[in-house]
Formats: sequence, structure tokens, C-alpha cells
Amino acid sequence: MAEITTSVPPVTPEAIEAAGTDSLAASGLSTKSLSPRQMAVRRYFHHKGAFAATIVLGIMVLFVLLAPITARYGVNEAIFRAQAGVPNQNLAPFSKAWFGTDEIGRDIYSRLIYGIRVSLLVGIAAAFFATLIGVTVGAFAGLRGGRFDDLLMRVTDVFLAFPFLVALLVVRNLLGELDWVTSIFGPRTSLRFIIMLFTLFGWMAVARIVRGNVLALKEREFIEAARALGASNWQIVSRHLLPNSIGPVMVALTNTVVAAIIGESTLSFFGFGFQAGAGDTSLGLLVADAKGGVLSGWWWKVVFPCSALSIIALCINFIGDGLRDATDPKLVQG
Amino acid sequence: MARFILRRLIWTIPSLIVVTFLVYIAIRIGTNPAESYKRSNPRANAAKIEEYKQLNNLTGNYVKGYVKWSQGFLKGLFDGGASWQRTIKGRQEVWPLLKDAMANTLRLGLAATVIGIGFGILLGIYVAMRPGSLRDATVNTGAFVAFSIPPYVSAVLLQLFLAVMWSRWFGSSLLPTSGVYPPGHQGFDLWLMAKHMVLPVMVVSIQIIAVYTRYMRASLLEVLNSDYMRTARAKGISERRVLVNHAVRNSLIPVVTVAAIDVGGILGGLIITERIFSYPGMGDYFLTAFSNGDFPQLMPFMVVVVFAVLMFNLVADVSYAWLDPRIRLG
Repeated sequence: MAEITTSVPPVTPEAIEAAGTDSLAASGLSTKSLSPRQMAVRRYFHHKGAFAATIVLGIMVLFVLLAPITARYGVNEAIFRAQAGVPNQNLAPFSKAWFGTDEIGRDIYSRLIYGIRVSLLVGIAAAFFATLIGVTVGAFAGLRGGRFDDLLMRVTDVFLAFPFLVALLVVRNLLGELDWVTSIFGPRTSLRFIIMLFTLFGWMAVARIVRGNVLALKEREFIEAARALGASNWQIVSRHLLPNSIGPVMVALTNTVVAAIIGESTLSFFGFGFQAGAGDTSLGLLVADAKGGVLSGWWWKVVFPCSALSIIALCINFIGDGLRDATDPKLVQG
Repeated sequence: MARFILRRLIWTIPSLIVVTFLVYIAIRIGTNPAESYKRSNPRANAAKIEEYKQLNNLTGNYVKGYVKWSQGFLKGLFDGGASWQRTIKGRQEVWPLLKDAMANTLRLGLAATVIGIGFGILLGIYVAMRPGSLRDATVNTGAFVAFSIPPYVSAVLLQLFLAVMWSRWFGSSLLPTSGVYPPGHQGFDLWLMAKHMVLPVMVVSIQIIAVYTRYMRASLLEVLNSDYMRTARAKGISERRVLVNHAVRNSLIPVVTVAAIDVGGILGGLIITERIFSYPGMGDYFLTAFSNGDFPQLMPFMVVVVFAVLMFNLVADVSYAWLDPRIRLG
């Protein structure tokens, strides 16, 4: 017994820090206190999928942001003549066009970089606005309850039960015919209109999540305490309810990004999406181009855009999964 | 129970009316009747367009138009669609088109759903028995990946590799890429039909398997951790009986209700797959009608879809109460 006690070094704060708090923090035994945010970050990076997805997506975003450097050709630029006498359309991948060329001799790799840029913009913008609207409406409905809440639930029920693509297309055409909508958001093939469309379809899921969270939280003691101290509704929402629902909101945000990116590609795939002007393309348009490559066996036109889209969707889903694990205090081990 | 079902059935009527009214407005504005009629019939004059609008109740007051449209629609239900207006392109009767489309989609959708849910549930059970193991991680990640890949990506890739590249590499064709029969085929041939359905069924069922594996796993894990499982084991029942009679049966309850809702979505939900494989189902019907702006063709489709969604939501609620004796319906 004596031996054991003497073998334990004196406990100093430095020693604890040096020993690392990984295993201790997870089991809640750490003497060095981590803020909830630090613990969440730690759990997030322990989620292998999320960690890998963050890196992959980070690299992709870097490539896409540096498009003028990383892309080898312009978006609508045909590659320089590959060999004398060989037309440069529909060429399989080779040194001058890493991912091959399309039907008018443009480099698919460069187009992919520009396309991902547009698609990520659509996804992130739509998710941002959808979250903004969803959080506002959801918090209001959860706090007020009553008729507004009932109406919100009814409307979202109908929309979420409906086949997504049918609803999307019908609403797209409806809004595209309304002059006051197109005067604000542009014609139905413009990027702004598409972002608006996915915002419109995206906010409902966010609102339902926030509403549920607010309903669950608003009866809790700490809200009551805040109220007793004289906090206004606004303070309660902004200081207590929203920070406590940040986890589910982040997860809903990633889901909306994925839904918007895939939705944009689906619309383009069927020819109802974004119509690119000169010098623009989108992931959806590239995947739609892939259709033409299938029966002729031009695999590079299919494989690269499809993989890019799948990898993006997968990465964002993994990030969402990691965020859920990280922000859910009930899950001890990430 | 009977009273509950009856009450819910009666409640679907106002829901159906409200939703179809909104759909009527959306499609009436969205298709822009005059323009889409001109697009489909380039030589149409103003009188023709006006006649088309009148026949389809696309003028004037929305409520009145809807009431008149629904009268015509209901009449058509009893005379085999003869009272429904004809399509704007080619002036075909709508009901035969819709009927064929429904039959084709149900065949595809039910095959895919049965395969998908069956495999999904089996995989879920298989995985949930050893949570945290390597096979759990593998299947879970696989399901996650399969779930993340959009269906048209898997459709195009499968088409490319299993049909086009396969015949290029191996010299003989493995699977056809599209349609229900090869072009020019007449009559019924089960083998050919099955061959044409392999790829679309695969695309749809991959997603369903992924979803249901995760779902079944979560549901079964929850049951396995509950107190009555310990009681069952303490009674000395064999492990096999514990699993089959107690755990799996109880964990299926939530899965069944979700499955009911998913089956209700089949009629309107296979658009992507059907379009890629040129499969003449509801999705193809919808997209054709939609790009033509074909009001007389779109409305019956929407009614069918809305009706199916509402009905299967009811089925989900009823089956939940029927399977779980703790739930009492008022």
C-alpha cells in the first residue's frame, strides 16, 4: 500500500494538463474544466467520419475558392488542340484534360471546379436564409403557441408529406408565373430564384426542430429563473432558448445544405433548373450533361461530376452527423 | 377502433378538398394555360384557347372554377374518365394514360419497397445484435454512404457500368438500360419485363435498404435495452425466442408505421428513377404533363397523389394503434 501511494506524483495543475484530459474529459472526471463548447469541439474531432469529411470538404472548398488558379481552363474555354488531326471533343482523360473533355471540347475538370462553386453557393445561401427564417418562425411558434403554432404545423405537415419533387416543381412554376416574385428574384431559371425556392422548402424542417426544442425548454427551471429575474421575451429567446438549441439547428442547417445542393442538381438534371449564362455552370448542369455520356460509354463525363456531387453530399452529411454527436449532451462518447 | 377509422375517414374529405383547391390554384397559375396551349398547338387561334380555358374551368373566380372542375372530375370517376378533359397535346384521353402509369409505378414501387424493406429489416436486426462491432460499423457506414448518394447518381452509374460498359467489356449485354420492353415488343413477357426492372428496382431499393437498416437498428437497440428484455431472459426463455418473439416483434411497430407512409408516397415519388430509365410510370407521366403545362393531365395525377398520401397516413396511424396495445384511440 505504501508503495502505491508514494508512486503517485504530487498532483499539480501542470501535471494534469500534461497527462492529457482526453479520457478523463469524456467520463467527466477531468479536474481541468472544459467549457461545453470545448467539449463539443473535442467530441466533433473524435468522430472519425466528421473529421475526415471536414478535411475533404475543406480541400474542396479551397480548390473552389482559388478557382482562377486551380482551374486549368476557363469555364467555357475549349482546351488547346490536343493532337494534330484529332478533334478535341469527348476525349478520355489525358494529360491536358485530367477529367476528359465534353462534347464541345471543354475541360471537365475546370468546369467541375466552377460548377461546384455555384452549387456550394446555392446550398449555403439557401441553408443560411432557411435557417434564419426557420429559427425565427420556430421560436415564435414555440413560445407563443396557439393558433399560429397550429397553422404552422398544418402547413408544414402538408408540405413534408407531399412528394418532394412534385411539390418543388409545382411551386417553382407557380412562383415563376407571379410577376411580383420574378421582379424581386428574377426569372425562374436565375440563381436567385433557385436559392429562394430552396429557402422556401428548407425553412420548414428548421422551424419544426426549433419549435420542438423551444417547447421542451421553455418549461425548464432556468427559463423560469430568468423570467423571475425580469428577463424580457427577447432576452430569453436570444440568451437562453437559442443557444440551447444550437446543436439541432446546426444539424438541420447541414441537412438543408445537402437538400439544396442535391435539389439544384435534380432540377438541372430534368432541365428545370438554373440556366447558365456565359461563363457559368453548376454541378447539376454537369451531372445533367452526364446523361448524354451514358449510352455512348463516355464514362468520364458521368463518373467525375457524379462522384463530386456524391462526395460533397456525403461530406456534409458526415459533418452533420458529427455535429449531432458533438452537441448532444446525452451522448457521452463521440 | 371502427369509430376512430370512420372519423378519420370523414376528416380526410375536407383535407382532400383544401389541398386539391390549393393545388388547383397552383397549377392553374403555374401552367399558364394560354401559353402552354399555344406551345402544344402552335396553330391555335384565340377562340381555341378560350375554348380550352372554358372547358377546363380555368377562367374567372378561383372558387367557382374549382367547384366546376371538381364536378367534372367526380363525374369522370363514375364513367371511366370519359367526362375528363383530354390532354392538350395529342388530345388523348387521360384515364387510360393515368391507369397504365399507376400500374407500372405500383409494380416498380412495390417490388422495390418489398425488397428494400425486407433487406433493410434483416440487415438492421443482424447489425443490432452486435452493437459496436466491426460489422455494425461497416453496415452503418455503408448505409450512411448509400443514403447520401442522390438516386440519379446511382441510377446513371449503374446504367453506365452494368449495362453499357458491361456489354463493351464482356461482349454480351447483361441488362437493358431503359423501358419496360425492348422497342417493338408486343404482348406480355414476364422474363423480359423482370430484366428491364432490375436496374430501376436496384436504384430505388438501395435507398430504402439504407434508410430501413438504420431505422430498424435504432428501433431494435432501444427494445433490447429495455427492462422487459431482462425479464424475458430471467424467465429462462431461450435467447432465440427472446429475440424473435419479444425484441423483433416490438421493434417492428415503429418501422411498420413508417413503411405505411412510405408506401403512400410511392405513387408520386419515383420520378427521378423513372425518368432516367424511361420507365412509363407516374413520374414519367407527371414530368411529361408538367413540361407541357397540361392542366387536364396534371390535376388527376395530383388528386391521386394527395389521396394516396392521406390514406396511407391513416393506415400508419391505425396500424400503430393496432400493433401497440398501449395506445388507445379516442
